[in-house]
Amino acid sequence: MIQTDILIIGAGPCGLFTVFEAGLLKMRCHLIDSLPNPGGQCTEIYPKKPIYDIPAYPSILAGDLTERLMEQIAPFSPGFTLGERAEIVEKDEDGQFILTTNRGTKHRAPIIAIAAGLGCFEPRKPPIDNLSSYEDKGVEYIIKDPEFYRDKKVVISGGGDSALDWTIFLAEGVASEVTLVHRRPSFRGHPDSVQKVLDLAEAGKINLITNAEVVGVSGDANLNALEVKHKTEGMMSIDTDHWVPLFGLSPKLGPISEWNLNISKNAIEVDTFDYSTNVPGIYAIGDINTYPGKLKLILCGFHEATLMVQSAYKRIFPDKNLVLKYTTVTGKPGL
Amino acid sequence: MDDMIKVFVIDRDEKRHALDAPTDMNMNMMELCKSYELPVEGTCGGMAMCASCHMYVQSSHDISERSEDEEDMLDEAFFVEDNSRLGCQIKLTSDLDGLEVKLAPIGE
Repeated sequence: MIQTDILIIGAGPCGLFTVFEAGLLKMRCHLIDSLPNPGGQCTEIYPKKPIYDIPAYPSILAGDLTERLMEQIAPFSPGFTLGERAEIVEKDEDGQFILTTNRGTKHRAPIIAIAAGLGCFEPRKPPIDNLSSYEDKGVEYIIKDPEFYRDKKVVISGGGDSALDWTIFLAEGVASEVTLVHRRPSFRGHPDSVQKVLDLAEAGKINLITNAEVVGVSGDANLNALEVKHKTEGMMSIDTDHWVPLFGLSPKLGPISEWNLNISKNAIEVDTFDYSTNVPGIYAIGDINTYPGKLKLILCGFHEATLMVQSAYKRIFPDKNLVLKYTTVTGKPGL
Repeated sequence: MDDMIKVFVIDRDEKRHALDAPTDMNMNMMELCKSYELPVEGTCGGMAMCASCHMYVQSSHDISERSEDEEDMLDEAFFVEDNSRLGCQIKLTSDLDGLEVKLAPIGE
């Protein structure tokens, strides 16, 4: 069991900065994120995009912002549970929250701060009617263990690096047959990988079908065929054991919607006094919350985090008086 | 008004919405749909870095061609057709008066 003062769900800019503000008040933090790296959208969607509205930075790349925040909070030694999704929240007999992830990791804290942005990133699923009935029966959105595909027929869809890399990997002596289906002849992945895939197709080691898209799935208990629509040649059927559609990630509110929080339009309602939710001890900050006048800006999330930790402190230490101390007075921060 | 155009959006239930669109606010189709609370996500906020504002242009308006970034992101969209666009890349200008788009299907 991981014990901390403030359990932060979401390691985006807002969640990361919470560690700093909590640290100034001598509170420890632990962050949980479904992504394998900190930074949230800044890392996952736009690491190379410049942001222009961070005070004192006329321009900073989203990836650099994440790095600077990590540097700024390092003195407070936050804990991280990465690559796991916050799943279940319960209360123990002492009134502390017990949070369990989808992998069973347990965390205990008196305060939860939800800084989950737009939710957790999950694989984007094609809008095919009966697709869900073949999930884990031939349709997988993530390749966890390539050995699973040994001597099987596999179709991969997508044009990015994961589609290319797995096509190459599975074609080299793992799967019995590999087919890559992509909507256009060019790929956005790394040029080296693109060339490798084209070479494999040339050598007859994979089937490369471009200008095409999988539009239907069929089978008995398990998947056994895909319907593919080709731009000029019309419909065709491909026999296969597996289909792995790799269309990137998109954020979903997910389990948070089942924590008895007041939710309006995919966002958590909060009191702007301290960004508390309707559940005492649970706060929501950053893009995930909503209130009259809400703006989804990193800048505003930083402000919300700062006020939120004051309220959290008073919940944890009801008998202590809190006096605002400037960092210029207290000197180099750290726990 | 001079700075307003009319555009039409067909949602995923085939319902047609007539929207008043300002042309003097540097807005795009994704933002316009969101301001009318139509079901367009626009996850990345309009950077052509996600595919959550995929729509089909149904009228014959002359819109600037798809950029390489937009092509790349359309790789993550579903049922991409020749008239597929990311709404965030359609800037609302006066020559788009009467534009008609249809929202593309999305997965669960």
